[in-house]
Amino acid sequence: MMILRYALYRLMTMLLTLLLVSALIFFIINLPPGNYLTNQIMELQATGQDAGVAKAEFLQHEYSLDRPLIEQYLIWIGAWPGPYGFSGMLQGDFGWSFEFDQPVIDIVGQALWLTILVNLAAVLFVYLVALPLGVLAAARSQTWVDYTSSFIGYLGLATPNFLLALILFYYGQRYFDLPIGGLMAPELEGEPMSMAKVKSILLHLIIPTFVIGTSGAAAMMQRLRANMLDELDKPYVETAMAKGLSPTRMLMKYPLRMALNPFVADIGNLLPSMISGSVLVSVVLGLQTIGPALLTALKSQDQFLAGFILLFVALLTLIGTMVSDVLLMLLDPRIRYGGRK
Amino acid sequence: MTAFLEVQNLTIGFKAPEPIIENVSFSLEKGETLAIVGESGSGKTLSCRAILGILPKAAQIRSGKINVTLEGKCISLLDISEPKFRNIRGDCISMIFQEPMRSLSPLHKVGHQVAEVLELHRNCSKHQIKQDVLAQFVRVGFPDPERAYAAYPFEMSGGMLQRAMIAMAMIAKPDLLIADEPTTALDVTTQAQVLGLIKDLQTETGMAVILVTHDLGVVANMADQVVVMNKGRVMERGDAKLVLSSPAHPYTKKLFDAAPIIPEATEFVCPPPHDDLILDMQNISKTFQARSASPMKSAILIKAVCDVDLKLARGKTLAVVGESGSGKSTCARIALGAELPDKGGTVMFCAGTGETPIEVHSLSRANRSRFQKQAQMVFQDPFSSLSPRMQIIDTLTEPLDIHGVGTKSERKDRALEVLELVGLDGSMLRRYPHAFSGGQRQRLSIARALTLDPKLLVCDEPTSALDVSVQDQILDLLEEIRDHHGLSYLFISHDLAVVSRIADEVAVMRRGRIVEQAPPCTLFANPKHPYTRALIAAQPDPDINRPIDLNMVALGAGASDSWADAFRFDGNNIPPLMELEPGHMVRCHG
Repeated sequence: MMILRYALYRLMTMLLTLLLVSALIFFIINLPPGNYLTNQIMELQATGQDAGVAKAEFLQHEYSLDRPLIEQYLIWIGAWPGPYGFSGMLQGDFGWSFEFDQPVIDIVGQALWLTILVNLAAVLFVYLVALPLGVLAAARSQTWVDYTSSFIGYLGLATPNFLLALILFYYGQRYFDLPIGGLMAPELEGEPMSMAKVKSILLHLIIPTFVIGTSGAAAMMQRLRANMLDELDKPYVETAMAKGLSPTRMLMKYPLRMALNPFVADIGNLLPSMISGSVLVSVVLGLQTIGPALLTALKSQDQFLAGFILLFVALLTLIGTMVSDVLLMLLDPRIRYGGRK
Repeated sequence: MTAFLEVQNLTIGFKAPEPIIENVSFSLEKGETLAIVGESGSGKTLSCRAILGILPKAAQIRSGKINVTLEGKCISLLDISEPKFRNIRGDCISMIFQEPMRSLSPLHKVGHQVAEVLELHRNCSKHQIKQDVLAQFVRVGFPDPERAYAAYPFEMSGGMLQRAMIAMAMIAKPDLLIADEPTTALDVTTQAQVLGLIKDLQTETGMAVILVTHDLGVVANMADQVVVMNKGRVMERGDAKLVLSSPAHPYTKKLFDAAPIIPEATEFVCPPPHDDLILDMQNISKTFQARSASPMKSAILIKAVCDVDLKLARGKTLAVVGESGSGKSTCARIALGAELPDKGGTVMFCAGTGETPIEVHSLSRANRSRFQKQAQMVFQDPFSSLSPRMQIIDTLTEPLDIHGVGTKSERKDRALEVLELVGLDGSMLRRYPHAFSGGQRQRLSIARALTLDPKLLVCDEPTSALDVSVQDQILDLLEEIRDHHGLSYLFISHDLAVVSRIADEVAVMRRGRIVEQAPPCTLFANPKHPYTRALIAAQPDPDINRPIDLNMVALGAGASDSWADAFRFDGNNIPPLMELEPGHMVRCHG
């Protein structure tokens, strides 16, 4: 009951934060003088193509870019009537991409899901790798197990992602016959979901997951190891030993529970850093995630596309922190009952 | 016939060639209590862990034997395999640790942590185990065992947690209980109750107990056998009565001399006259807000201090005594202006005779800085109150630096001067705190407080983290400095023996109120209030013929309902402080 109330409360604050973030995103994108259309108009005028100018001016009116900034913002989020009444984020209209000359939703639609898929796979990879390795490294600290896993971890941290991607592609293709580039076989693109498509996607996911996840996993492993080492010195570990618990069970039941807190709290940070970190990887690997689209949009001041993608990343971050907050509350009674006297 | 537990010539070392403990031998019969006495670093804890087989990884047992007789069979604990040892741990031999707060996992329910012992060592149903744990909880004195079972450690007080630890150690009915300073982290009244509990359980089950302690008073109350250890070696061992009544080894004698005791009744001393006050606290109350469970509900108000008046005469020592949570530290913080009292309370500070007193909580910035120069604090824990990353010289000159006193070389001279004043050597200026022992660090923190040449020193439990012999030296030092430099002390402590030595006047606080106030000789010779009596009764005395009177402790330290009518708090009807004889005030109905 208490958890539910807390989750509800967090949801409210999350929505408020999202509103604030949307304003920040919109105004920061609009900080440089002009916008995509005025740039285009200037370029067209300079080259004397007056026909295009009329079209651009029409678009400018169509998308209310000639109105004051605050009004533009309100129209964008859907809290103010535009030329065609209320039609913004709130109503599910994500705007028009000038660069691609398509509705934003058509450009990012499928990429959105693939982005979530790739990054969830990477997060899962991070946790699945970091948890056992971190615990093992701490339990066998200063032995070859510790040194080896640390060495591999640092290697993972230090190797640039795109380099790792290229190496893995080469060897993955050569020895395991793994596909190169993309998130599914080209002939399946645009096809409806089928077993073959799912299989193809999963096969294509292996290398990107590994590439995007390694550095995160290495960092997470080191953090977990350090936390565990701190916990292993605590008196309650001694108490558990004095009860006659076997070392493995003791490790799992007591220090690991304590060391898990920062581990869980990281979920929120992990998502956005992976999405922004995977932009370059996506370009190199040719993944159809929103990364490459974001890059283009930001370069050409394609404000609706860029704004939507940034807002989406912010939403993921907020969901991540909310999930980790609620999980922490479930995990740690001190947080759950912190205020109870 | 071999003894139940036999430790022979045990030698344990770490990496260095010199062993940490060397040739330690002792033996113990069933139903007996063996006290291992020694100061920190004497190796007493290490010896105990060796018996339980939970030494730190780096420790090596170089030689010796540990034999224990379980179910008629003699087992050599140093030779059995780890899985077999695990069956013994917690079942036949169990241990209670020093800090109950840190020795229980904060994330697991207390009941589950206790039940785990039975889950490991007994084959019974979950339901049966829970019943056993609840029964044990009743046995160790939990008023509401079901609630205690479901509570998390952070929801309980230190004394209650130590009871849970005892329940955990006792639940499997072990043959040997090792208690490692089980009461050091507790208040005297709680300590008395916990010791009484261990004793009761021992008579009930006939187990053997090893009690590790540095407090000879505890030894006198508990032990049949005594082993005195120093620097890893046994100095003296034998029957408790013999060792305590006629200590043979000079080290044991030294420990005895250092042990603080409440003096026998002496002649009547007038309280210091209250005409030249350096500090005058009037009507001090302090209410704290605790965050409530949900943001919707209003905050919970906690009254930490209620209507306290304290007057400190110039050149004297006023001690405030009470258990944890009695509000004594809050009083100290208010006296220094670190905390604002509730409306209506005033704190007046008068730097010199005849000067106009200033009000501590409404000072201008410049006056505040001047006040801070004249009033300094000595903290409880010398290990955490000195910055580990600053050399001693920087720690000592920092206050001068902040107040812009003197040139760089003058500051250094002053640092040298105070260092020598507290009995340390000038060559230590460039060292870091970790290079000093506990007693030396407390000297350093006194030196730090003295650099600005203050008039008032607030000492918040300055000796409670120290060994007895060191404690004695620090008290000597504080007395000497006070008399030579005309300082006045506001001395916060929970230890009546310490207070009886240094104070000119003592105020006993309980739950935010002063219940009795008198000069120490009056207070100890003629305590009136049941709570004061409980405090005095709970103070362990290193005399085997004067055991702690547990009934008296329970009576006074319990809820105020158990007090005689004259002292009882009745809802909002709180008895006033009455002056029974000159300078002796007691909170009672007239």
